[in-house]
Amino acid sequence: MDIDEILNQAQTAVDAAVDLRSLDEIRVTYLGKKGELTSLLKGLGRLDPEQRPKVGALINAAKVKFQTTLDARKTLLEQQQLSAAINADAVDITLPGRSPTLGGLHPVTQALHRIEEIFLGAGYEVVAGPEIENDYYNFEALNIPSHHPARAMHDTFYFSDGTLLRTHTSPSQVRTMEQQQPPIRVICPGRVYRRDSDLTHSPMFHQVEGLVIDKGISFADLKGTVIDFLQRFFEKDLQVRFRPSYFPFTEPSAEVDVQCVHCLGDGCRVCSQTGWLEVMGCGLVHPNVLNMSGIDSEVYSGFAFGFGGDRLAMMLYEVDDLRLFFENDVRFLQQFN
Amino acid sequence: MKFSEAWLREWVNPDIERDALLKQLTMAGLEVEAVEAVAAQFSGVIVGVVRQCAKHPDADKLSVCQVSDGDNTYQVVCGAPNVRAGLVTAFARIGAVLPDNFKIKKAKLRGIESQGMLCSAAELGLGDDHDGIIELPSEWQAGSDLVDVMQLDDITIDLDLTPNRGDCLSLKGIAREVGVLNNTAVAFPKIKPVAATIDDVFPVSLTDAQGCPRYLGRVIRNIDPSASTPLWMRERLRRCGLRSIDPVVDVTNFVLVELGQPMHAFDLKNIKQGIVVRMAQAGEKLSMLDGQELALDDQTLLITDANGPVAIAGVMGGHRSGVQDDTKDVFLECAYFNPLTIAGTARRYGLHTDASHRYERGVDFTLPSEAMERATQLLLDIVGGEAGPVNETLDQAHLPQAVSVRLRQSRLIELLGVDIAATQVDEAFARLDFQMTGRDEVDGYVEWTVLAPSHRFDIAIEADLVEEVCRIYGYNNVPSKQPLTTLALRHVELEKNPESVLKRQLAASGFQEVITYSFIDPVLQDLLDPGFAPVTLTNPMSSEQSVMRTNLLGGLVDAALSNQSRQQDRIQLFEIGLVFRQEESGLQQTSRLAGLLWGGREAESWVGQSNKMDFFDAKGAVDALLDWAGLLDVTFSKASDPVLHPGQSATIHVQGVSVGRVGRLHPEIESKLDIHGVYVFEIDSDIALTNVRRIHTGISKFPSVRRDLALVVDQAVPAAVVEGVVREALGGILVDFRLFDVYEGKGVDSNEKSLGLGLTLQSQTATLTEEDIGHFEQIAVQALQDKVGGHLR
Repeated sequence: MDIDEILNQAQTAVDAAVDLRSLDEIRVTYLGKKGELTSLLKGLGRLDPEQRPKVGALINAAKVKFQTTLDARKTLLEQQQLSAAINADAVDITLPGRSPTLGGLHPVTQALHRIEEIFLGAGYEVVAGPEIENDYYNFEALNIPSHHPARAMHDTFYFSDGTLLRTHTSPSQVRTMEQQQPPIRVICPGRVYRRDSDLTHSPMFHQVEGLVIDKGISFADLKGTVIDFLQRFFEKDLQVRFRPSYFPFTEPSAEVDVQCVHCLGDGCRVCSQTGWLEVMGCGLVHPNVLNMSGIDSEVYSGFAFGFGGDRLAMMLYEVDDLRLFFENDVRFLQQFN
Repeated sequence: MKFSEAWLREWVNPDIERDALLKQLTMAGLEVEAVEAVAAQFSGVIVGVVRQCAKHPDADKLSVCQVSDGDNTYQVVCGAPNVRAGLVTAFARIGAVLPDNFKIKKAKLRGIESQGMLCSAAELGLGDDHDGIIELPSEWQAGSDLVDVMQLDDITIDLDLTPNRGDCLSLKGIAREVGVLNNTAVAFPKIKPVAATIDDVFPVSLTDAQGCPRYLGRVIRNIDPSASTPLWMRERLRRCGLRSIDPVVDVTNFVLVELGQPMHAFDLKNIKQGIVVRMAQAGEKLSMLDGQELALDDQTLLITDANGPVAIAGVMGGHRSGVQDDTKDVFLECAYFNPLTIAGTARRYGLHTDASHRYERGVDFTLPSEAMERATQLLLDIVGGEAGPVNETLDQAHLPQAVSVRLRQSRLIELLGVDIAATQVDEAFARLDFQMTGRDEVDGYVEWTVLAPSHRFDIAIEADLVEEVCRIYGYNNVPSKQPLTTLALRHVELEKNPESVLKRQLAASGFQEVITYSFIDPVLQDLLDPGFAPVTLTNPMSSEQSVMRTNLLGGLVDAALSNQSRQQDRIQLFEIGLVFRQEESGLQQTSRLAGLLWGGREAESWVGQSNKMDFFDAKGAVDALLDWAGLLDVTFSKASDPVLHPGQSATIHVQGVSVGRVGRLHPEIESKLDIHGVYVFEIDSDIALTNVRRIHTGISKFPSVRRDLALVVDQAVPAAVVEGVVREALGGILVDFRLFDVYEGKGVDSNEKSLGLGLTLQSQTATLTEEDIGHFEQIAVQALQDKVGGHLR
C-alpha cells in the first residue's frame, strides 16, 4: 500500500473511534512499534539511497498529519467524556441543603439584649440582683413603709420568713446606690413577680429599670432619655407624652405613653382606639430614697424609670398575649429565630 | 373613683367638650380608666301617668291601664306588680325604640290591645332593677322626654387614682381639681348648719386620741322607717357605682361620694351608755355588717359601747348596732381617723371598703362638721325626724398640723431643667390654694414658704412642691435634653463572657431558649429533686406554682412535655436562670444553665433516617460548651444521682471540682412523666460564662504522624482512663488523641472490648524518624499494658 492509502485508512479509523481506548488502539496500529506508518519508515532502508530522503519526508509528513488528526479526535473525545461525567454528577439543586440544627433566643431575651445594647452604648452598666428579697430592699428603702397604700399596687408573693419575691428590680438600684457614689448610670433588667394573671399580666415578668444620679440631673434629662430610648428601640419617630403619676420612690413621677407602634396614633385594637400605649413609669428619685442609701440629695439628683421588657417585646413583635412568652411552645418561639 | 359627668358639671363647668375633659383628667394624673353611659340607647320614652288601672280579665298577673302622655290617653297592658293608678312612670309609646333596637308596636296581650309599654329601670339600661316599673316623682310633667328629665345623656367616669390623690376621692375633690386645671371657679354647694330641735346627746370618749383625735356624733330621733330614697339620690349613687340600700345608708354614702367623708349610722337603741374609741384587746370578737365574725388583734382601732365593739374604726360597722328596717332613732358618726392607724387594718382583715380606702389615703381633717350638717339636712329631708346638737369630741394636739414647706426657685430650675419664672410659681400656688407665708429673694432667686390646704395632706417637703409646680406648668411643656455626664470607660471582663454571648452560642449550637416560671408544682419539684425541701410561697397564685425551683429541670421537663403533646418530634431546649436553695449557710440564689434533648438527632430529611438523640449528644453539647469556654481538665465521672439513669449519667468536673451533671432522666421518672429518652445537663452559669484567656503556644514546623492502635482491654475499663494513660505516658509529643472505634463481639473475648486509638505525634524541634515513632508507640503500649492490662489485638 502506498502512503496516501495508509493515511486515508488511518484517518477514517480515527474519525470512527468512539472512545479514548479505541483511539489509543488506532494510534498503536499506525504509530506503535509495529504500526503501519512505523513499518513504512523501517522499510526505507530497502530503498535506493537517492529515493530515501524524498520518501522519508513523505512518510514523516503523513505521520504528522495523522498525529494532528489523532490529537484533535482525542481532545474531542476527552471533552465528551468530561461532559458526560459532569452530567452524571449533576444534582437536584432544589433539594434542601444539610443545615446544622439551629436554635434561637427567646423573644423577650432578644428584646432585653436590644435594650441593654442601647443603654450600654451610652455608658450605662447592667446590674443584676437576687429575686428573693427582703422587705427593706423591695419596699422600705424605696420610701414604701409597711402601712403605705402603695403596697396594694404591688401584689406581692411572700415567704413564711417575711422575705418576698421582688416586685420590681428597684432593689438592685438600691444596692447600687449603697455601694457606689455618683455618677451612677445603671440599668437593671430581670425577672419580677406579682400576683396577677391575664392577657397583659403574668405572675412573673421581666422589668428593666434605669437609674441615673449625678449633679444637676433634671426632669428634662429624664424626658430626653426616655424619648430617645423609645424612638431608638422601635426605630420610629414616635410621639411620647408624660402624665403626672405617683410612685413612692420618685417625685415628680410620671407615666409615659408612646404613640401606638401599630397604628401610629390613628387608633386601633392594640391601643384600644386611643392612639397611645402606656409603656413606663418614671420620675426624679425621691430625696428620701437618695438619703436612705447614703447619697446627699442636696448635692445630687437623679432620675429613674422602669418598664416591662415583655411588654416592649410584645409591642415590637406584635404578640397579643403575654402568657405566650411563658408557655414555651417551640412553634411560637421558633417564629423569632 | 366613679362619678357622673353631669353632677361634676353642676359644680364646675369648664367650656370643654366631653372628650377634652376626659383627656384633661388623664393628662393631669387622674387617669380615666373607663367611661360608661348611664343608660342604654333608647328613644321615644316619655314620662307617663297611669290614670286608671284594672285587672286583666284573662290573666292574673296583668293589668290593663289607661296611661296619659299629657295630651292623650292610651290603653297599655302591664305585668308589673307595682303598677297602680296615679303612678308616674316611664312610658314607651308605639314607635319608641328600646335598647337592643326593640321597637314598640301595637300588640294584643291575652286578647286585650296594648298601645305601648311601661318600663322598668333594667329595661332602659338604668341599673338592674327589674322588680317593677320605674317610679318617677309625681310632680314630673307627663309627656316630657325621659332622656331630658333624667339627664340620661350622662356618663359614669371611672378614675384610677394613685394613692397620693386621696383628695380626689370625692366629687368635691374632682371638681376642685378640674377648677384648678381650667382656672375656673367651682360652685361648691352651700351647706348650712342644721339647728338642733331636741337636746339628746350620746356621750363619746376618745381613749386613743392619736388614732382618733376628732369624733362628731349626732342623735336624730323619730325618723320614718317607711320612707324611701328619692330617685334623684338613687340615680346619683348609681352613677357613682353605689347601690341604693335604705335612706339612712344612702345618705351616708351620698356624703361619702359628694364630700369624701366616710360616715356611719348606728341604731341608737342598740348602742349602750356611750361611745368609746379605743384600741382592741387581742381576741375580742366582732360580727360585721357583712355577716362574718372577726377575731380582732390589738392593732385595731375600735368604736365600742358598754357591750363591746360596735365597729372597726374607719373600716366597717358591726352587725349588732347597724341600722335596721325598723330603726326609729339613729346616731350619726363622723370622725377623723389617723391614716397610719387605719392603714393596713383593712388588709389584715381582708375588708376593703369605701371608707377604709379613703381613711388609708387620708381624709381632710376639717371636713367632719361640714359632712355632718350635710348628712343631717339630707336625712331630715328624706326621712324626717328631729336632730340633736352636734357633739364634737376633739383632741386638738393630735390633729394634723399644716406644715410650712419651702421651695427654692434655684432648686426648682435645677430639678426641672427649665427656667420657670417666679410669677409662674406664684400663679400655681394661687390656683392650688396654697397659702404663701413667705416670699424672699436670695441671690437673685425667689424662695417661697407655703402652707398647703387641709385637703392636700400629701404636701410635706420641697419635692412635693416641685411636683405641684411641674404639674401646673405641664409635664409636656418641660423640654427634653440629654444628660451631660463624665465619659468613663466601661470595664469589660477579660475572662468572662456576657450572658448574651453564652446564649447566642447555645442558640447557634442548636438549642432553643425557653423562659419558665421560677415557681413550680411541688409534685414535679419533688420528683426532680427528691427529699430536698424547696422554699415555699405563703400566697401562691395556685398550688401548681407554689414552690421555688431548686434546679432547672422542672421547667425544662414541663416544656418538653407540652411540646411533645403538641406533636413535636425533637426538642433541644436551654434555660439560664436562678435556682433557690435553702442551705445551712442560708438561702442560696445561684444562676445555672440547663439543657434538655429529646427525640431525633436531626429534623427528618431526604438525606437519611434520623437517629434518636442519646447520652452522647448531651455530653457532646457539654463538651463543646466547656471547650468553647476554654476550660481544660474537664472530666466526667459516673454519677449517682437519684433523678438520672444510673448507667447513663455523669458528674462534670473542671479541675477536679464538680460543676454540674449530664445524663438521661431516671427510667422511673420517665415513666411517671410519660416521656422517654430525655437527656439533660445542668451546670453552674459561672462555669459556662468562663472565657479563659487563650495563650499562643506556637505551631510546629515539622510534620505530624499518626499511628493507630487496636487495643483490647477489659470491658470495665473506661475510655477516659485509657486516654489518660496514653496522654500521661507520651506527654507533649502527643498532639491529638482520637478514639475512633469501640468494638465488642466476634474476635474479642466476651469480657473484653477493642478500642481503636489514633495517636498523632509531632515534635516542635525535629521531624520524627521511624525509629522515634516506634519508640513512642512502644511507650504507649507498655503503659497501657502496665496500667490497664491492655494488649494489642
